[in-house]
Amino acid sequence: MISGLSYWIFGRLEWSDLLIKSNAIATGASCMVVIVAIAIVALLTWTGRWGWLWREWLTSLDHKRIGIMYIVISFIMMARAIAEAMVMRTQQAMAAGGGTDLVGAEHFGQLFTTHGTVMIFFVAMPFLSGLINYLLPLQIGARDLSFPFMNAVGLALTWAGAVLIMVSLTVGDFSTGGWSAYPPFTELAFSPGEGVDYWIWSVTLTGIGTTLTGINFAVTIYKERCPGMHLMRMPLFCWTALCTAILIVFALPPLTVASSLLALDRYLDFHFFTNGSGGNMMNYANLFWLFGHPEVYILILPAFGVWSEVISTFSGKRLYGYRSLVLATMCIAVLSFTVWMHHFFTMGQSANVNAAFGFATMLIGIPTGVKVYDWILTMYRGRIRFSAPMLFAITFLFSFVVGGLSGILLSNAPTDFAMHNSLFLVAHFHNMLIPGTLFGFIAGYMYWFPKAFGFRLDERWGRIAWGLWTAGFFAAFAPLYSLGLMGAMRRTSQTYDPAYEPFLYVALVGAALLFAGFVALVVQLVVSTRHRDRLAVPIGDPWDGRALEWFTPSPPPEWNFARLPQVECIDAFAREKREGDPYAPQDGDYADIEMPRNTGLPTLIGMAGIACAFGLVWHIWWMAIVGFVAMWGFLVARSFESRTTRTIPAATVREANEAWLSRARMARAVPREIEFTAANTGRAEPLA
Amino acid sequence: MAGRLSSLTLFIALTGCAQVHSGGMLDPAGPVAQVQRDHFLIVVALVAIVIVPVFLALPWILWRYRLSRKSTDYKPDWDFDRRIEWVIWGVPVLVVAVLAAVLWINVHRIDPYRPLALQGVPQGAPPLPVQAVGLDWKWLFIYPEQGIATVDELVVPAGRDIAFDLTADGPMMSFYVPRLGGQIYAMAGMRTQLHLAADAPGGFRGLNTQYNGVDFHRQSFRVRALPPREFAAWAARARSAPPLDVARYAKLVEPSVTARPLVFGRVEPDLFAKVIGKYEGGSAPHHMAQAAR
Ligand SMILES: [Cu+2]
Ligand SMILES: [Cu+2]
Repeated sequence: MISGLSYWIFGRLEWSDLLIKSNAIATGASCMVVIVAIAIVALLTWTGRWGWLWREWLTSLDHKRIGIMYIVISFIMMARAIAEAMVMRTQQAMAAGGGTDLVGAEHFGQLFTTHGTVMIFFVAMPFLSGLINYLLPLQIGARDLSFPFMNAVGLALTWAGAVLIMVSLTVGDFSTGGWSAYPPFTELAFSPGEGVDYWIWSVTLTGIGTTLTGINFAVTIYKERCPGMHLMRMPLFCWTALCTAILIVFALPPLTVASSLLALDRYLDFHFFTNGSGGNMMNYANLFWLFGHPEVYILILPAFGVWSEVISTFSGKRLYGYRSLVLATMCIAVLSFTVWMHHFFTMGQSANVNAAFGFATMLIGIPTGVKVYDWILTMYRGRIRFSAPMLFAITFLFSFVVGGLSGILLSNAPTDFAMHNSLFLVAHFHNMLIPGTLFGFIAGYMYWFPKAFGFRLDERWGRIAWGLWTAGFFAAFAPLYSLGLMGAMRRTSQTYDPAYEPFLYVALVGAALLFAGFVALVVQLVVSTRHRDRLAVPIGDPWDGRALEWFTPSPPPEWNFARLPQVECIDAFAREKREGDPYAPQDGDYADIEMPRNTGLPTLIGMAGIACAFGLVWHIWWMAIVGFVAMWGFLVARSFESRTTRTIPAATVREANEAWLSRARMARAVPREIEFTAANTGRAEPLA
Repeated sequence: MAGRLSSLTLFIALTGCAQVHSGGMLDPAGPVAQVQRDHFLIVVALVAIVIVPVFLALPWILWRYRLSRKSTDYKPDWDFDRRIEWVIWGVPVLVVAVLAAVLWINVHRIDPYRPLALQGVPQGAPPLPVQAVGLDWKWLFIYPEQGIATVDELVVPAGRDIAFDLTADGPMMSFYVPRLGGQIYAMAGMRTQLHLAADAPGGFRGLNTQYNGVDFHRQSFRVRALPPREFAAWAARARSAPPLDVARYAKLVEPSVTARPLVFGRVEPDLFAKVIGKYEGGSAPHHMAQAAR
């Protein structure tokens, strides 16, 4: 009777699921989450910041604030995922040759699963959503995304997923099925606990949020461009954002379907992917990689956009081969849907199928190679400044071609037979995702940070971070290429071949360096915030930028542009600086501007989503139902909100704008040689 | 100079690799792994055509066009050249075209479903059938012609094509012997195939590469390639071992690790078919490969 009652209230949750884990490391991490959460709550209470947090951030529909919140999520989750990588490498190095275990094999399984899930869904995806959110409207001369409310809901579902995966550190265990959660291993027969359910619901929540965001980006690009901003005049970052958005719209639904079908298998005894009873996991493999392959281009295309902006700006030159780059981006986007089968060459399909998909995959190498050459030619005949983002770009160019080579090797079934599931594969995708995606995002963060916050990041710490990330990347993953060729597999908590040991030690040092690189980024942020007066660039154009976002104060006003700009060419702002006087007084009329009014509903939807998902994970049905109904309830409530916008009077806009312009006119235009000094207040003297 | 220096480094790196990478695919001990290794080297060489220029041009450009050098040929608006465009699109297209041809040939040469009536393997003896069953966390090998079975030890005659039939009685696994070639998934209710051969007698490591639970890292096995006559003698000796009956098999299926390899002297002749048949509804022959046959 009692147990029946407790099931109705707590589902499968028991006291023993809380806090204490299988080993000291896991228990430590679990306690850490609780302590950090309490510390944050205490800090907010002590400094009286709850109201500020709610009014300024959690209820904001401003794309710029939403973008910043996405990137905050990404940084928090990155700390966790890199720490997990360190633990895994330490375990493997310690256990090599029959040494002692640091964490058990069970916990190791959770570590590689959460590491992959977190890095893909809660580090890379929020980072790119954040960058695009922040920049897209500014670059196309718009006031906001097309659907600000939907944008906030997308953010809420993303942090809901992230919170759920953090909760799994403390309450119960996570899946051991890898980030791809292949059945039948993730079916009830082999994974009966709550772990896979955590994976399913955290990925489903964020997947739905990302789909909404993708729709929003695509519509915004089609509908909100300012007068004269033809598609072929958009900055390349917008092009990559468009392709990413289209990929999201087509690729995320298969993931949601796959995870939902897996949920049906687990909760309602369906047999989509089970062994027997008509189930077949190959349907899962197809659905998952129909998402999974385009996903890697979803991750990397925005970084390609960042590289295009960073390299062009810090070379003081127009982008070489703009049309080539646009065409290459489109090719990659289309081709990315034609290659998913290369993830299971070894599942027994015919040689013809393997050859066809291998060929399709290699085709992607062509536009990607073209891009690399376009970036190098952008530097050619330029004036290159070795700023921290540019240094990251250089590491990227060198290492990315190596990753391309290993990718071609994996795309060939004959070699893939030997490398599939090996550490070579792990080295390959980290080669693409660290220098390709993550370095791109870090470079973008450093490059646009002054735009968002009005002050530059400390350059010296930026270079230290670059050095650590670069050295760490090579040390961590070059040995994995070798290990893979020696027949060492991934996802093993230990290896028995003594020949592997030296490689594992180097890889461990690499992981430590990468962690140090992350710490350097944090230090950079702290140091820069302390010296924000010296680093201030309120005029808004510290790097002699080329696209429209630099033609706003830093940080930009809520409405972005006092009057929507009119453009006649690519790099309109760069041309205006050279040939005209961008900061001349803008006389004439200003109009009232309508901006979305703040609302707390998206945050409530996110919290209801967490309740629903947590209830489902632990079979606490009342909580799941309440959470689900509440999610929809809040959405319906939105349709009853009649006053969704508020008007900013023309006088306010004029005052702010003219004040900025006159400040800019009075500011000293600094030459590029001293752009890292305090003399740089955000007005650039164009290169000659 | 820079070019010579970098090709020297490349050479050192490659020879270094060759020594270090024994035990894996770069150290082949059979015709399949041989094709894989050759394919690997061909791909590296062809792709080098595209990536070596990056390593040469980028340092030169960075040095020559740095801001402090005040180069005189600063051309901020230069953004297109038709001839360069032909090269940067054309060369990768050609490289991929050649790669595609090599791929087509090799993918068919080592098609896991095709017997190795091929290069380097002495003809004569027909392929030796071996049925491999992936279990948590061990491999069961059934020799239908000899009527014997082993666990975690695969004994094969050197120089002869081994025709594997694979399935799993548990989650999905992947069968791989790095120095001989492979690999292929083993899935419950389905039958996949693989052909491998060892050039000469020797010992190799085989394993499961697809994660299937806590003792995944212990699911490896020893491959012993024996001269044909010794293989026959081994098989004859093995027949005196205890049989693999229903009860023993039921015990084997339970998730566990065997301390040392096992040998069974007699096996139900249709055990492999029964294992597949256990998963009714999934027992149809493996789809695509079969359709292509
Ligand atoms: Cu990783
Ligand atoms: Cu792929």
